[in-house]
This record gives sequence, C-alpha cells and structure tokens, in this order.
Amino acid sequence: MKNIILILMVSFLGFAAQAQEKKNKNAKYVTEVNGNCEQCKKRIQKAAYSVSGVKSAIWDIETHQLSLILNEEKTSPLDVKKAIAKVGHDTDEVKATNEDYQSLHTCCLYERK
Amino acid sequence: MQKIITLFVMIFLSIPVFSQENLQEVKVVQKRKGIQKSFTVTGNTTLITSKELLKAACCNLAESFETNPSIDVNFSDALTGTKQIKMLGLTSPYLMITEENVPSVRGASQAYGLSFTPGTWVESIQITKGAGSVVNGYESISGQINTELLKPLNDIPFFLNVYGSTDSRFELNTHFNTKLSDKWSSSLFLHGNARVAKLDMNDDGFLDNPLAKQINILNRYQYYNAEKGWVSFINFRYMNDKKQTGELNFNPEIDKGTTNYWGSEINTERLDVSTKIGYVFKDMPYQSIGFQNAFNSHDQQSYFGLNQYNIKQSSYYSNLIFNSIINNTMNKFAAGLNFTYDKYQEFVSVNDYSRIDNSVGAFFEYTYDNADNFSVILGGRIDNHNRLGTFLTPRLHVRYNPWEKGVLRFSAGRGKRSANIFAENQPLFVSSRTFDILDTNGKIYGLNPEIAWNYGLSFAQKFSLFGKSADVGIDFYRTDFKNQAVVDVMQSPQQVLFYNLNGKSVANSLQLEFNYEIFSHFNLRSAYKFYDVRTDYISGNYQKPLQAKHRFFGNLEYETHIGENGKQWKFDYTFNWIGQQQLPNTASNPIDDRLPEFSKSYSLMNAQITKTFSSTFEVYIGGENIGNYTQEKAILGSENPFGSTFDASIVYAPVFGQMYYAGLRFKIK
Repeated sequence: MKNIILILMVSFLGFAAQAQEKKNKNAKYVTEVNGNCEQCKKRIQKAAYSVSGVKSAIWDIETHQLSLILNEEKTSPLDVKKAIAKVGHDTDEVKATNEDYQSLHTCCLYERK
Repeated sequence: MQKIITLFVMIFLSIPVFSQENLQEVKVVQKRKGIQKSFTVTGNTTLITSKELLKAACCNLAESFETNPSIDVNFSDALTGTKQIKMLGLTSPYLMITEENVPSVRGASQAYGLSFTPGTWVESIQITKGAGSVVNGYESISGQINTELLKPLNDIPFFLNVYGSTDSRFELNTHFNTKLSDKWSSSLFLHGNARVAKLDMNDDGFLDNPLAKQINILNRYQYYNAEKGWVSFINFRYMNDKKQTGELNFNPEIDKGTTNYWGSEINTERLDVSTKIGYVFKDMPYQSIGFQNAFNSHDQQSYFGLNQYNIKQSSYYSNLIFNSIINNTMNKFAAGLNFTYDKYQEFVSVNDYSRIDNSVGAFFEYTYDNADNFSVILGGRIDNHNRLGTFLTPRLHVRYNPWEKGVLRFSAGRGKRSANIFAENQPLFVSSRTFDILDTNGKIYGLNPEIAWNYGLSFAQKFSLFGKSADVGIDFYRTDFKNQAVVDVMQSPQQVLFYNLNGKSVANSLQLEFNYEIFSHFNLRSAYKFYDVRTDYISGNYQKPLQAKHRFFGNLEYETHIGENGKQWKFDYTFNWIGQQQLPNTASNPIDDRLPEFSKSYSLMNAQITKTFSSTFEVYIGGENIGNYTQEKAILGSENPFGSTFDASIVYAPVFGQMYYAGLRFKIK
C-alpha cells in the first residue's frame, strides 16, 4: 500500500506543474518543512489539515518532506505554508516568526536555515 | 508412507548443496516482535507475525494461538483430536473468522475448519477483541480473527518444512513461487499430513488421537500494477481430509454401522475458488474500490458410532467496498454491499435438515482520526436474511491516548447469527446423548436467531522498568445475549438439549497482562484471565461447562544474537495454568461413570528450541505437555461404548500425555 502511494506520488510530481493551471481537485505537492520529531510531525500535519481544501498531509521525519494532496479550487500550497509557519515551522517560501519558533517544545527546536 | 520417507531422504540429501550456495548473502533484517500491538489503531487488535507462529511449530491455524494470551485453546473431545479456540470465554462460532477478509470458518466448517489451514501458509494473523468491523458482516460477537496468507509477490521461490512427532504425526509443506511477468506472480502450496499409528496411552481401549490423512493444495496468482493502481488475487484450493478414530480394534470395512466395536470416520472434501480485485484511484491514494468473490464447496461425510452426520455446504460470498475521504484523510469512510448464499444439505441420521440461506446487506463505516491522540470508528449495516429477517447492526470503536504511551479503548456492538447447532456441536456426537430441540417455532432448526451485544473497555501503558521496556494492559469485555441457542448438557448425561434462551446469558471476561524485556533478547509475557460465563439453563444458572474461571498464561522467549549468515538459537517456553471447570451434569449416572461437579485445576508446559544454521536453513525440536498431565477418565463408559453412559465429549484436559516433535525449514531465497 505504501509502495503504491509512493509510486503514485513520484509519478504525479511531474504533472503538478501542468495541472496547476487547470485547477486540479487532487493536486499533489511536495515541499520541505523544517522540524525534528514525532511531535513536530503531528503539529505540521495538524496545521496542514486545518487549511480547508487539504485532503492529505504526510510529513516524513527523516526527509523533512511534506507530501500534500489539495484541492486547488479551494487553496494553494502557499496557504498551507503560511499555516505551517504560523505554528513555528519554516518552509521554503514562508518562515515562522521568531516568537512562534521560540514557543515550540524544546525537542522541536530544529536548526533554522 | 514409504514414498514420504523416500522423499524426506532425498530432500535431506539435497539440503547441504543448496545451503552452501547461499553463504555469501548478507541481509540486514530488522528485529521484529512476534506479537505487535499498536497504540494508534482504533480497535483492540493484536498482530501475530509469522515469526510468532514459528514459536509453536505445529501445525495448523487451530494450533497457532498457543503463545497468545487473548485466545484460549482447548481440546473439543477425547477422540477427534480437534482443538477448539475461545475468545472472551466464547467458542469459535461467536468469532468472525476470515481469511484475507473473506469469512472462512463458518457453517459446516465450524468444528474442524481451523485445522484446514496449514500454519506455514500464514503470513500474519490479526486478532480483534470485541465487536468487529461492519465491513465483514453481522455475525461477529466476541471478536474477529483474520488470517493473511503469504503473498505471491513477496514470497521466496522455494520453502520446505518437514515435521514429525512422537504421536506419529508427520507433516510436509512445500511452497513454490515464481514471477510469471513483471506484473503477475504465482504461488503453489502443497501440504500433506498423516497420523499413521494407533496409540492408546491411557489404556482405555480407544485411540488417543485419530488416524488422519490430509492433502491440501493452494494455487494463487497475484497481479500488481503500481502505475495503474490495480491489484488482483485469484486463488484455487483443494483439500481432502480423512480421520478415523474410536476403539483400537475398530475396522471400518467390517465394523461400520455395527456394534462390534465403536468407531468413527470423518471425511471432508473442500474446494475453494476466490478472486479479489482492488483499484486505487489515479491521483487519489486515499480512494479505492475493492471487489471480492468467493465460492466454496464443503462436503463432510461422517459417522460417530451409530450416529450418522453428513453435511454439504455450497457457498457464494461477494463483497464490494468503496473507500474514500470526506474533506481530508482525517475523515475516512468505507461503504459497500455484501451478498451471501449458502446451500446446506444436512442429514443427522435419517433427519433431513437441508435448507438454503441467503442474505444481502449494505454497510457504511466512518472513521475519524485526528492524527494525534483520538480516533473513532462508527459503523452500521442493514441486512436482509431469509431466516434472520431485516435488521440493523451498529458497531462503535473509540481510541484515546490520554498521555504518552498510554491508550484507552472502548468498543460496543451488536451481532446476530443463526446457530448451526449440529455442525457446531459435533463433539457431542461422540457420546450416546440424544439431541433434542425443545423449540419448534423458530426458523433455524426450530430455534430463533442468536443476538448479542458486546461491550469492551481496555487500557494499555508502555513504560520503562530498570531501563528495559515493559507494558501492562487491562481489559474488560461483556457479552450480553438477548437470545441464544442454548446447548444444555446440565440436564441429563444422556441428552443434549437445544432451546431458546429463557433468562440471562452473559460472558464477562477480564484480562490483566504484563510484558517485560528482562534483559536483551529475553522476554516475558504473562497474563491472568478471569471468565464469568453464565447461562440460565432449565435446571438452573451455571457456569458454562468446560470453561475455566481462572487462567494464567506465561511465555518466556530467549534468542541469541544473530551471528554470521544468520546463525542463531531461539528458546521458547509457554506455561498455562487452568483453573477448575464446571463439568456437565453426570450425577444420575452409575457411580463409576460419574464425574465431579468441577474438574481439578492443572498446568501445562510447552517448550521449543530452534537452531538456525543460516538464513535459509533451520531445525527445531519441541515438546508439548511436558509435565505429562492427562485427564484421569477421558471417556465415560468406555467399557460399553454402545451403552447409555458412553461419553467422550467431556474433555477438560489433554488426553494424550507428553509429546515431542522435531522439524526443519529450508528456504531458497
């Protein structure tokens, strides 16, 4: 099952660019989110899910990659990144404020880039 | 037999050649636990991996639960050697037993069905306590056992298992696997077992274990296309099982149907064809559709002394299921349709109980998981059955993690089923009891459907003790019967009565569990179980006969570090203490054929040692019932088996004493 998901994700990464113009209801998007541990994982995913239009959000502790499936009619990757930065985790486009970062649990204080 | 021996010799000879070729291989194998319990799954589910199954090397599914505290294994009678499983104090008819999510042990196969799946075929077993999922049907009451067989896609090219024991049982398992193309794989499993010698260790003139012969063949094909999202299985299976038991001098050719000697033969032939198709939607990994179809024919021809019992069941089962999400993957659902058709041709002596049952149902199951510490599964189904009527089946499962490494679970659900009173109570045929059904108005042998509610609450906590991991668990379950097809052996030793429950019937079970890694690679598993299973019989309220109120379970395992080429020793020891059990009423028998009201408590010990020579070759030896505890009087009235007091169905302890076995496993990877 995991393999299927992985392969599907990989094969659809290529499509993501084209699909965005057509407002894909099941658009795949993978982006890096900085974090450390299991607790971060829960926080990041929770923040992603709080954005209406996000159908699936899985953050990998090892690779720091967040795999999203979202409805482009309702939201965009930028909206998700904003929501994640708000709970203290840096993304490529949107960084968390110092205040939000500092309020993370000690084990979640990842190294900022 | 000679053929088997020749085959063994040939295989043994060829092993050294094979194993040398594989010496170079180095693989990093992650250490997995034999029994896995998740703290994030909603149901109270235990996963038994194939590693755990190797700890009790013998031999089929019925015997796969010896090292697991959730399930109790008992002998069903003194003659057929069948093992019977119980969960929450209720016998297997109250469990939903599925094979790859298709109901398998049901109807005609209820008594012996578990012994028709060889242990080596099994990849893993999931045991869920309490109400099951609505996806698989309405019948489960006290729990669910799902078996996953080895998958052709991941299997190794060749596997061989040879087993022999001092009770003269021999088993041979061979698995072949090939990749037919990059999408198709196929497996062929061949199983044969035989018990060849007549043994009577307790000198009662009866065989302690039946002579037996089984051939079991499974051929399966798997299609897997990851790019397109298609998965498919096609299975063909044939099984032929023959058992003969009774008095030592019984010769079926001459004595069948006579009173010369008491004897019994049970011959079963089974054919299964099943298919499964699954599709994962292209850009939506969370959305899938599955379609399962299974056809089987189960034909049992048997007699027990002068009791004739023949049952043939032809069944068709179909299940269509759609999985998807609502908004996001925190809200999942499954919806679908089931169809079941069963044609029974059943003859009890001259009485014809043939009938056709069919049902059609729709289900919906919603899962909410906050991806953190809380999840809930709410399921419901509506079914229309020609004998059970139209009815709703609600089920609820809740999980909450109040703090780290702690999990609290609750479940509740309703189950409804038609009791196949003869097929399920076949052990009672090995007695001179008459079968009397007291009700006549119901639609199932004159009886009404069985309806029960099951509620459960459990808590588990992992922690660290002296730097080593430990966990404790407590769970409590209650099954409350609204109606039950009561099987009454409390009235008279010459009768078994069947009637609709009039009053109360409840099964309460409490389990305390403690598991601890005493030091590296040395694990303790222990459990205390309390069962209060009571039914209102005509003659009063009694504990369910042959059910111990108190049980204690302990298991110790030790493994050495995995050395070069996978060299390793594994040691395993299981201890069971079984408290006193209510025995069926025998007070009106002559004094010699009376049993006390309660059996004595006793303990049983099993042990096994496995020596792995390389990642492809291992041998094991083991012993069961090492303490050699046996039931004093296994068969009542054994001197006069056609007399009125003959009864081989009252078995509360092993009939056969200590038993030792040895076997080997060989793989080509």
